[in-house]
Amino acid sequence: MSELAIPFQTLPRTGGNLTHITVPPLPDAERKGLTKKEIAADHPTWCPGCGDFSVLALYFKLIEKRKLHHEKVTTIAGIGCSSRFPYFVQAHGAHFIHGRALPFASGVSLSRPDLHVFVFGGDGDAFSIGGNHFSHTARKNIKMTYVVMDNWVYGLTKKQTSPTSPLGFKSKTDTWGAVDQPINPMKQAISAGATFVARTTHTNPNHVLQMMEAAMDHDGFSFVECLSECIEFYEGAFDASNPRKGGTFTTVPADHDVTDEIAAYKLSGEPFPGHFGIFYKATRPTKNANEAGVNRAAMSKTGGMKDWQILQKTFDRLK
Amino acid sequence: MSDATTQAPVSGGQQKISKIHETIIRIAGNSQDGIQAIGGFLARLAGRSEQDVMTFMTIPSTISGGPSIFQVRIGSGEVLSAGDEADMLLCFYQHSYEDHISSLKLGGIVLYDSDHVTPKPEWQDNYRHVGVSISSLTVEAIGGTGRDKGKNIYSLGLLAKIFDLNVEKLTMLVTERFTGKDPSVVQNALACFNAGYNHSLDNLLKTYQFYASEKLDRHQVVMNGNEALGYGLIAAGVRFGAGYPITPWSDIMELLRRELPKYGGMFIQCEDEIASISMALGGSYAGRVAVTGSSGPGISLKTEALGWAVMAEMPLVIVDVQRGGPSTGMPTSIEQSDLNIVCFGGHGDSPRVVIAPSSVEDCFHTAIEAVNVARKYSTPVIILTDQAIATRIEAFEEPNLEKLCQDISPDLAPVSDHKPYDLTANDGVTRHIAPGTRVASGKYPIVTGLEHDELGHPTGSSKLHTAMTAKRRNKLRKLALELPMPKTYGPNEGQILLVSWGSSQGPIREAVDRARSVGEAISGLHIKYINPLPNGLDEIFKGFRHIFVVELNDEGLYGYGQLAGVLRARYCDARIRGINKSDGLPWKVKEILERARTLASGK
Ligand SMILES: Cc1ncc(C[n+]2csc(CCOP(=O)(O)OP(=O)(O)O)c2C)c(N)n1
Ligand code: SF4
Ligand SMILES: [Mg+2]
Repeated sequence: MSELAIPFQTLPRTGGNLTHITVPPLPDAERKGLTKKEIAADHPTWCPGCGDFSVLALYFKLIEKRKLHHEKVTTIAGIGCSSRFPYFVQAHGAHFIHGRALPFASGVSLSRPDLHVFVFGGDGDAFSIGGNHFSHTARKNIKMTYVVMDNWVYGLTKKQTSPTSPLGFKSKTDTWGAVDQPINPMKQAISAGATFVARTTHTNPNHVLQMMEAAMDHDGFSFVECLSECIEFYEGAFDASNPRKGGTFTTVPADHDVTDEIAAYKLSGEPFPGHFGIFYKATRPTKNANEAGVNRAAMSKTGGMKDWQILQKTFDRLK
Repeated sequence: MSDATTQAPVSGGQQKISKIHETIIRIAGNSQDGIQAIGGFLARLAGRSEQDVMTFMTIPSTISGGPSIFQVRIGSGEVLSAGDEADMLLCFYQHSYEDHISSLKLGGIVLYDSDHVTPKPEWQDNYRHVGVSISSLTVEAIGGTGRDKGKNIYSLGLLAKIFDLNVEKLTMLVTERFTGKDPSVVQNALACFNAGYNHSLDNLLKTYQFYASEKLDRHQVVMNGNEALGYGLIAAGVRFGAGYPITPWSDIMELLRRELPKYGGMFIQCEDEIASISMALGGSYAGRVAVTGSSGPGISLKTEALGWAVMAEMPLVIVDVQRGGPSTGMPTSIEQSDLNIVCFGGHGDSPRVVIAPSSVEDCFHTAIEAVNVARKYSTPVIILTDQAIATRIEAFEEPNLEKLCQDISPDLAPVSDHKPYDLTANDGVTRHIAPGTRVASGKYPIVTGLEHDELGHPTGSSKLHTAMTAKRRNKLRKLALELPMPKTYGPNEGQILLVSWGSSQGPIREAVDRARSVGEAISGLHIKYINPLPNGLDEIFKGFRHIFVVELNDEGLYGYGQLAGVLRARYCDARIRGINKSDGLPWKVKEILERARTLASGK
């Protein structure tokens, strides 16, 4: 019985356990930061003028500025125009299925503490098909940065109502105007238990970069809603927030206490264009840390034993 | 027990001792009576006594109350199934007595709790009735608390007496089981056990003794199929997984959640099955084959992501512990009706691997094999097990863990260049590099569910779609070449070939043994690798007049079950027919033989 038809194949490996991955030393420890050219991959397939271009450009800038190396960054997305993101970045990436990028990214984050995990996606991906995953990833505080490029519409499938479409928006599925109360992403994130909640818009590059950087530095699940105009199907959606289009861009009031959940919730309820900046930031142990704690406790009892010896001990009790 | 041969007088007692090779005991009561515990002790004892053992149980799907049974078959030789008919029925209530008397063989023993059961006069002739006031004697044994909790242990004492079981080992097992609780619990349990053991059993004609078993080289371990599968995954090197609870899969996720941290791994409970497979795929992508699993309803939810795994060529192990379906179906019943969904479920052309373990021991080894196949062919692999194997307890020779445990941690060494979907690769198989791996060329791979070019970038090229579809198919054809050909059980020529898969292997073998012993030319063929099938099964089929695929699923619209459908499609052989049933119970040997004879005779 114990002869395996398909035996184990030896592959070179790094060893170590899952929460303490040892990465082989890099040949040139003195590596320079990457240039934009080195970070850019495929030319984006987005419509000219799409807001998503600026989010991508600022992600490049973030990698450049923070001197992140290709292999340290993992870009993950679901499905949608915005979710095409990983193809445009020269780094490890995964293009998963519609709405499920967060659990996929959680698998990466939890098993690879050595990586920066970034997730990009659209409003439908995040709050409709992926709504439940959003809540659970937030409450578990799994370490990653999630940027939702909110265009208030389904872009890829060509103009259907999205969960963030405002009442009255005329789409192909609501030709008379949207009738369902939209989701407020900021409220959603705060009430789900996200520990970093920020809002920005693609028309203010410096602000986008600032928010992404703060999100990346946050130890936990960091969520950034970035308004990103769909020039094709919802032109002018965010004009009221764009000074160049006669709108106003107002940052979060200087006296806003980012640790005050109620204040953050209130701020989220402001009528459009509302405020931009960090609404909420809390310190709470990440799931990554909690699981590492569980492992430390368990391994303190098995410490030093080989894996087969640990299993042998269990089998001895099954005799 | 019918094979009792010698009889010797017991010294000092009035009962005779009868030597037996095996016995089948059915214990019937309510779910709160701790019936599973009696069965568990007997199985453990058998394991420690180098006897073979197999059990079968039904648990009501409601949490408290409801009738419950546990059947245990213990023998000195190889035990292949939980047995058709019991030699002894131990029953606690009138309903247990009346509902299960039909499972007892003529002349069998009814051991009943006379506090709750009134024997029926009309059954007195056919069965030997032995009444013991189990409830009140249990109460008496533990000093009269007015509660009969412990009557299971009291009954264990009775059984120990009747079957001359090793009291020392049983006492140790009982002590081990209750150690850690209040010391009075151990004391009470032993008091119950001893009281039962010392009962005079006046109206029992004889007691029994097992023939000695052959000495084994290695110790036996005793566990159920879910445990064997869980530990097998750990031995295989799996250190990350995700799941959502559902009976009967939950045991495996609970085990992995509890055990993996000891090895530096983790198992995550997710919000649903879609999140579970997605998270497991994230874990696999991060560098080490991960596991997810479920039962019917959850498997349905996982199919979209399973398709991604096929497209992205991501290794993954998915466990499907089948239960009665469709929909919520029969959550605690046995059925083999998920073969189609695991082989074909999902949209698009999505070849994947399906392996079905045949026994508890096989669960352990199948888990390791599944991981190895997933790695070697960069593919999702489904382990298709079922409720029968999941919950039954078997004793098997302890595997050599030092030899079998594997390290599959990721290799993050830098590479010069990398194409995840290289069409010119020597073996035609994708090997992903995990994130964290530096690529000197500066060109990084994307893993994706969109049709893609060799670097993983999207393509609309029909040429590439054709080439990549072939790549995904051909690697599994390659796997088929590597799979061992199954061997017939019995001669490779004859009248009838009984084809089985999964938990039906044991009953089929027993059916073959029984048929051969009366001169019928019946053989068995067990298929473990379901998708792809090993090549050359048609060569085996040639040796037989009839090929009957015995499956615990419906005969379907066209008169044959799910594996039979696959075999007919593969071999265009109209002699392949189905013997199917969907009563939620394992096969009885008698049932299989009667159905096979009728089908062969053309009636
Ligand atoms: C399971 C599933 N259902 C539906 C679709 C079709 N689909 C693809 S993207 C999309 C919505 C995209 O909207 P959003 O997430 O807002 O992204 P955007 O294109 O606006 O950036 C839909 C419905 C799909 N790919 N998979
Ligand atoms: S359809 Fe809209 S969201 Fe999609 S690329 Fe074009 S402008 Fe951007
Ligand atoms: Mg959108």
